[in-house]
Amino acid sequence: MIQPTSAEPETGPATGAGTGSVLVVDDEVAVRESLESWFRKDGYRTGTAQDARQALERLDEATWDVAIVDIKMPGMDGLELQRRIREVDPEIAVIILTAYASVDTAVQALKAGAFDYVTKPVDPDELSHLVRRAVERRRLRSENVQLRQSVAQLAHPTPVVGESPAMRKVLEMVSTVARTDATVLIRGESGTGKELIAQAIHAASARRFFPIVPVNCGALPEGLLESELFGHEKGAFTGAQYRRKGKLEMADGGTLFLDEIGTISPRTQVDLLRVLETKEFARVGGSKPIRVDFRVICATNQNLEKLVEEGTFREDLYFRVHVVTLHLPALRERREDIPLLARHLVERFATQMNRPFREIEPAALDRLVRHDWPGNVRELANAIERALVVGSPPTVRAEDLPLPLLRTNGGAGDSLADVEQAHVAHILERSGWNITRAAETLKIDRVTLYNKIKKYGLRK
Amino acid sequence: MKLDLIPIHLGLDREHLPALAARLEETFDAVVRERSPWFDPEICYDSSRGQYNSTLLLAELLDGPATQADRMLAVTGVDLFVPVLAWVFGEAQLAGPAAVISTHRLHPEVYGLPAEPARLLARIETEAVHELGHTYGLLHCVDPSCAMHASTYAEEIDLKSSRFCVECAHVVAGRRQGAALLP
Repeated sequence: MIQPTSAEPETGPATGAGTGSVLVVDDEVAVRESLESWFRKDGYRTGTAQDARQALERLDEATWDVAIVDIKMPGMDGLELQRRIREVDPEIAVIILTAYASVDTAVQALKAGAFDYVTKPVDPDELSHLVRRAVERRRLRSENVQLRQSVAQLAHPTPVVGESPAMRKVLEMVSTVARTDATVLIRGESGTGKELIAQAIHAASARRFFPIVPVNCGALPEGLLESELFGHEKGAFTGAQYRRKGKLEMADGGTLFLDEIGTISPRTQVDLLRVLETKEFARVGGSKPIRVDFRVICATNQNLEKLVEEGTFREDLYFRVHVVTLHLPALRERREDIPLLARHLVERFATQMNRPFREIEPAALDRLVRHDWPGNVRELANAIERALVVGSPPTVRAEDLPLPLLRTNGGAGDSLADVEQAHVAHILERSGWNITRAAETLKIDRVTLYNKIKKYGLRK
Repeated sequence: MKLDLIPIHLGLDREHLPALAARLEETFDAVVRERSPWFDPEICYDSSRGQYNSTLLLAELLDGPATQADRMLAVTGVDLFVPVLAWVFGEAQLAGPAAVISTHRLHPEVYGLPAEPARLLARIETEAVHELGHTYGLLHCVDPSCAMHASTYAEEIDLKSSRFCVECAHVVAGRRQGAALLP
């Protein structure tokens, strides 16, 4: 058996390699091999399957832009396979290969949603253009979906919910800084909604028609973060097969949101500082300077001043990002917002899950307000989401809330006292804080119950 | 690099072989030797299509007696095809030792135009360099003037040169060092 060959005419995407993926499904090995090697030398990622079963396996293993499917195969034929392929991924462009052109076949294939059909032997020019157009269509469709999402996000950004004085102050600051191009540092505990605030600033700014590009600095190791931010040239490092734009270039005209900025390595801090000062940089492995224009919003839950003192965060970078600072209060510091937030979250998740929840019972709301929420709004959102999964519409009940929530005010633990505290609190809730009824249920006298309420600091 | 140039049913186009050999010697820093085919090309003929199967032709090249050469390039005047495609200008093993080109569809006369020997030679040289480029593992190049740029029809071959761009030339030079692929 000879090695894979590369047949000419030299057809393929004029724009170069790496532009898509093609799966060839045909029971004839010569057809599979020649088409595979032909598309591979054009830079397409290629795969082959000898029948429908293998084709569906390939679809499980990877995503494909184009499937070239022979109409006549043993077992499931090409038209049936096309229907199955579209069930798995409706966006794949299926090109049907037929041995004999007939109007019937063409109509059947196109009716079933084929991108097009070609007759064997295929005119190389025709097949090349078809595949190029099919890959382009898939790319445009996916870009279209992303753009629609971005536009929807711009038109209806996720609202920042809160009427407490602390949040009113934050929202006033958001509207003030949005009108400027100043660098903003958002500080707050994990889960307080720092990215949401960054989005709110961007959505109210003059840059709102350009993208906001988030970079989670803490999620990427040093080398990857550098390449993620600055992009890289072809051959910059092992595996850099193609030139790639970095987040800095993607944010051109818009906003760069650097989350967890306190985790950036000293080397990347130097590079980042230079970019923030000059708005100019070169891709990794390149020397050509690239000019960009973006606004910077940073976020951290760390004590940057302490990191500066310890020498792990550069002082000059600290001053560069510390222009306007927004402090997001922890949820326990704005308990009055919890009912509003909880109702908003119930409405949101009920719509997402298509479950008709409409209200939260008072006892559940009381528990939510009294919990300390170390994970802040993110933890609250998770608790509500879970309650909607396990509960029954239309009311969110206290017992539907996740277990850690039942241990309020620092009572988390498994000691006898912890269990007693949780149980007493539970019975009091159930009786609506009717001391006599709760004491009867607990089979203790009222004085003992008062003592336990005092001992555990329980509140209505 | 040592290259065996194997003319097969080349007819009058044989007159272009010396110039082609000179071009390949220069481009690949090669010692080019003409070698007669050792197999009957007719076994690659498909009577239903009236064309020669280039994949079978490559297989015959590889099945031949031992040679001192690193690469083999068959040059034929007959029309070539691979099973699924209507025709091909040529075929090469990706990062392998063998390649074949056909002069048939490089003739302007095939498209109803007057014969132009100089244009034909330029096309033959470009195609030969292109196919041999594939034997060095090169894929198609985005540089429109590079011999490795993709072209769909004969006139498109005229738009590029028979030389590699700097990047492709660099790859070939690097791989030429240890590139004795034939036993």
